[in-house]
Amino acid sequence: MQISYSSAKVLATAMQTKKVSAEEVCQSYLDKIHGYGRELNAFIEASDKAIERARFLDQQKEKTGSLWGVPVAVKDNFCVRGMKTTAASNILRNFIAPYTAHCVARLESEGAVVIGKTNMDEFGMGSSNENSIFGPCKNPWDTTRVSGGSSGGSAVAVAAQMAPLALGSDTGGSVRQPASFCGVVGLKPTYGSISRYGLIAFASSLDQAGVFASNVDDAALALDIMIDKDPRDSTNIPRSLGSLRNVAKASAKGLRIGVPRDFMERSLDPILKKQIDVLVAKLKDQGSIIETIELPHSSHAIPVYYIVAACEASSNLSRYDGVRFGLRKTPDNTKDTLNLSELYRMTRSEGFGEEVKRRILLGTFALSADSYESFYKKASQVRRLIADDFKSVFADCDFIIGPVTTGGAFSIGEKIKDPVSMYDNDIFTTPASLAGLPCMSLPLGFDAQSMPLGVQIMAPSFCDDQMISFAKLVEELCAFSGRQDAR
Amino acid sequence: MLDKYDVVIGLEIHAQMITESKCFSAAAANFGDSPNQNVSFVCAGYPGTLPSLNKEVVKKAVKTSLALNCELQKVSYFARKQYFYPDMPKGYQISQYKEPVARGGCVTFYLNGEKKEVALERAHIEEDAGKSTHFGQYTLIDLNRAGTPLLEIVSRPEMSSPQEAAAYAKAVRQILRYNAVCDGNLEEGSLRCDCNISIKPKGQKKLGTKVEIKNINSFRFIEKALEYEILRQARSLELGELITQETRLYDATKNKTFSMRKKEEENDYRYFPDPDLMPLILDDDMILNARRSLVELPVDRLDRFVNEFGLSFQDAELLVGEKELADFFETISNKTQDPKLSCNWIVGEFLRLTHERQTSIEQRPIADDDFAELITLVIKKEISGKMAKDVFEEMWSSGSNPKDIIAQKGLSQITDQATLRELVLKVLGDHPGKVAEFRSGKDKLFGFFVGQVMKLSRGQANPEILNKILKECLK
Repeated sequence: MQISYSSAKVLATAMQTKKVSAEEVCQSYLDKIHGYGRELNAFIEASDKAIERARFLDQQKEKTGSLWGVPVAVKDNFCVRGMKTTAASNILRNFIAPYTAHCVARLESEGAVVIGKTNMDEFGMGSSNENSIFGPCKNPWDTTRVSGGSSGGSAVAVAAQMAPLALGSDTGGSVRQPASFCGVVGLKPTYGSISRYGLIAFASSLDQAGVFASNVDDAALALDIMIDKDPRDSTNIPRSLGSLRNVAKASAKGLRIGVPRDFMERSLDPILKKQIDVLVAKLKDQGSIIETIELPHSSHAIPVYYIVAACEASSNLSRYDGVRFGLRKTPDNTKDTLNLSELYRMTRSEGFGEEVKRRILLGTFALSADSYESFYKKASQVRRLIADDFKSVFADCDFIIGPVTTGGAFSIGEKIKDPVSMYDNDIFTTPASLAGLPCMSLPLGFDAQSMPLGVQIMAPSFCDDQMISFAKLVEELCAFSGRQDAR
Repeated sequence: MLDKYDVVIGLEIHAQMITESKCFSAAAANFGDSPNQNVSFVCAGYPGTLPSLNKEVVKKAVKTSLALNCELQKVSYFARKQYFYPDMPKGYQISQYKEPVARGGCVTFYLNGEKKEVALERAHIEEDAGKSTHFGQYTLIDLNRAGTPLLEIVSRPEMSSPQEAAAYAKAVRQILRYNAVCDGNLEEGSLRCDCNISIKPKGQKKLGTKVEIKNINSFRFIEKALEYEILRQARSLELGELITQETRLYDATKNKTFSMRKKEEENDYRYFPDPDLMPLILDDDMILNARRSLVELPVDRLDRFVNEFGLSFQDAELLVGEKELADFFETISNKTQDPKLSCNWIVGEFLRLTHERQTSIEQRPIADDDFAELITLVIKKEISGKMAKDVFEEMWSSGSNPKDIIAQKGLSQITDQATLRELVLKVLGDHPGKVAEFRSGKDKLFGFFVGQVMKLSRGQANPEILNKILKECLK
């Protein structure tokens, strides 16, 4: 059978019914990772245990898991026991996780095979996957361009057929934006749905695991498996959703769809704007009610996001001090009693990259006694207003539809020297993150340079199931085609 | 010099709560285990780990807050207090900051026989840090203690003497121990006490500059450290110097305080709400259950012992010192129905032997029923108080029942009048000369006759009846 381009669902069934062995499937993906995958730099490490596990699965008589034998690429900020888990940071370059993240364990419990750990922006801080100690991850549609970030490696893994499914994390758009740049489905569920236990924290109140897939059904299946109550994460909210596995495609008729005026009036790539307009027109033709909506406070989303996230990051990253795990740097002259502040200074100076340091400094400043009120507290208040805007919109709308980015993937090196223009990339993704909403990026079309473009849909909190049913409709209307084997 | 100044003292008491597991992780909260044995990935701050609040900690905190008369806050929050230290794995301590679990409250206690009340500011839950041991050029870190639950009890600055501060701290410890929420061991650090102290010219409204003293590990040192500090501050003011706001450490061997860090050197803790934890919401059932589990406050018990049982203040104070002792007293007193005599026996013989044999109240070798029976025998005059003491010692060593010991040793009193009369007549017959001397007015000889009869009865004659018969016979 053809392994590439098969959905995770189809693959699992094929392996369960022994049409193909898990080992063959695993080997086929590993070959790509080790072959053309090298140039793409999507993987930090391919698993050396994946084949072993695939063989083990082949030997089982009962093959009941719904992801039986399906290779899954895991972003390198999820702990996988016995595997290096680096968050693409020098400070964790040699850190081997002693336990497995909850969501990874869930996927494994359904028969998934962790095929490797994917490249990312260090600790999730970045929108281009250029802030990685392992170097940038490249866009398979044009390797001079960025994959997007921070979950760039996972997006590329799915886009270039190096894994049918990939795990990512989304703090301010880290699943949706690279999905859009790489032409795959990227889904971030409602904040609190998937346990964060084992996900290396960047900004705790925003971090949420998400999934990349080549189609909505596969993403929904992975989500269904991962949403599960975990007492180890206090922010994990008990599941209220029904099964997401066979959600029916929504009917456009009568759907109330909001299109944010602000978003559409930004300096969007005209091709992107046009394609969204076409999609909206199709929905309207089929009976949806289209409304132009206002999200007045979303214009503040970028500064609010960068204050809240930096504050939480400055605190979350305090644990990397060279004492218990990860990198430790001490002065060469160790005759004298070790000076503690020297240990901290040297370890953290060498351990963290520029962008991480920038955000730690920003966050430390914003939380200091003199600036707390005007920065962290103010940002938290505006965050509430942003969430309230969505609440009032969702009183009249079922879904919001809009762009993920202002255009297609930019070139490697184009924005890395200009942090603010890089931050601006997150303009359309941070509002839903700050409000904790479920949201997705779906492949929409291509720009003038033949780079993929995505469309974003957002739904009210805990309406992930409805979002998925709507996504199936949008997926069908977009009829995105053109698949990409890396060159 | 000192009478020119008012002293203002406030205490921050950190009480380690007794729970099986830690505040935010499932690791055991045991002490005395080998270093780093009780450390989970959460305790060690491993990447990707998250805290989850131990419900038992909340129960204990609620119970303690109720015992301290605090006003429980239905909703409270956890915050991160941030500073770098190798024994604090996450780089921040989870604590409650602006919105603690309890506000207000008061502690009532006696100071030199006079009732005092100290108001509380708040009580909040936080996690402890690990332990650093400096060892030559190395520092050894033990994370067993990292993440164990603490309740910080903050008094208002309204104590005016070192004695009052120590008495308050003792009273808090007593309440904690009575409710079995903390074992209150200052030496081992399960109870820690930081003292804030300032002085100001008498009558001045504005408070003086506050100094915090840390590292005090006994009640006696609370007094000593504060006494030293009052003197130091008063001397400075006398010399026209300013008091600097700072944290000082108490050195017990030198009986001095030393500056640890000035205010400017204090960390900016950058407190902010911990995004990993939900607000702590107390439900009414839990509060009700905690309220039901409260025991009588030690100070109320003391009053009851004095008022209901007629015990002296000193005795009552001694008995309520430890809950086990007060409970023991009430058990014995209930059985004998004679609180005063029961108290005398416990405060006297019982505690004497407990100390002598270096045992504890809980490990007493005599059964409560036997002890009560012995006291009852004394009440019924079946045995003299003096003999009872011997029997008691025997009970302590052999564990036997008092009646058996008395029977075995033939120690019961002779109260039978005819038997006693016989003994008296025998003694008088043996000493006709002394009888004549007595009758001619040498009254002092009465004691001699008593002694002789006692000797003859091997000490078993009931003294009161003997006296009566002897008087009759000598007439």
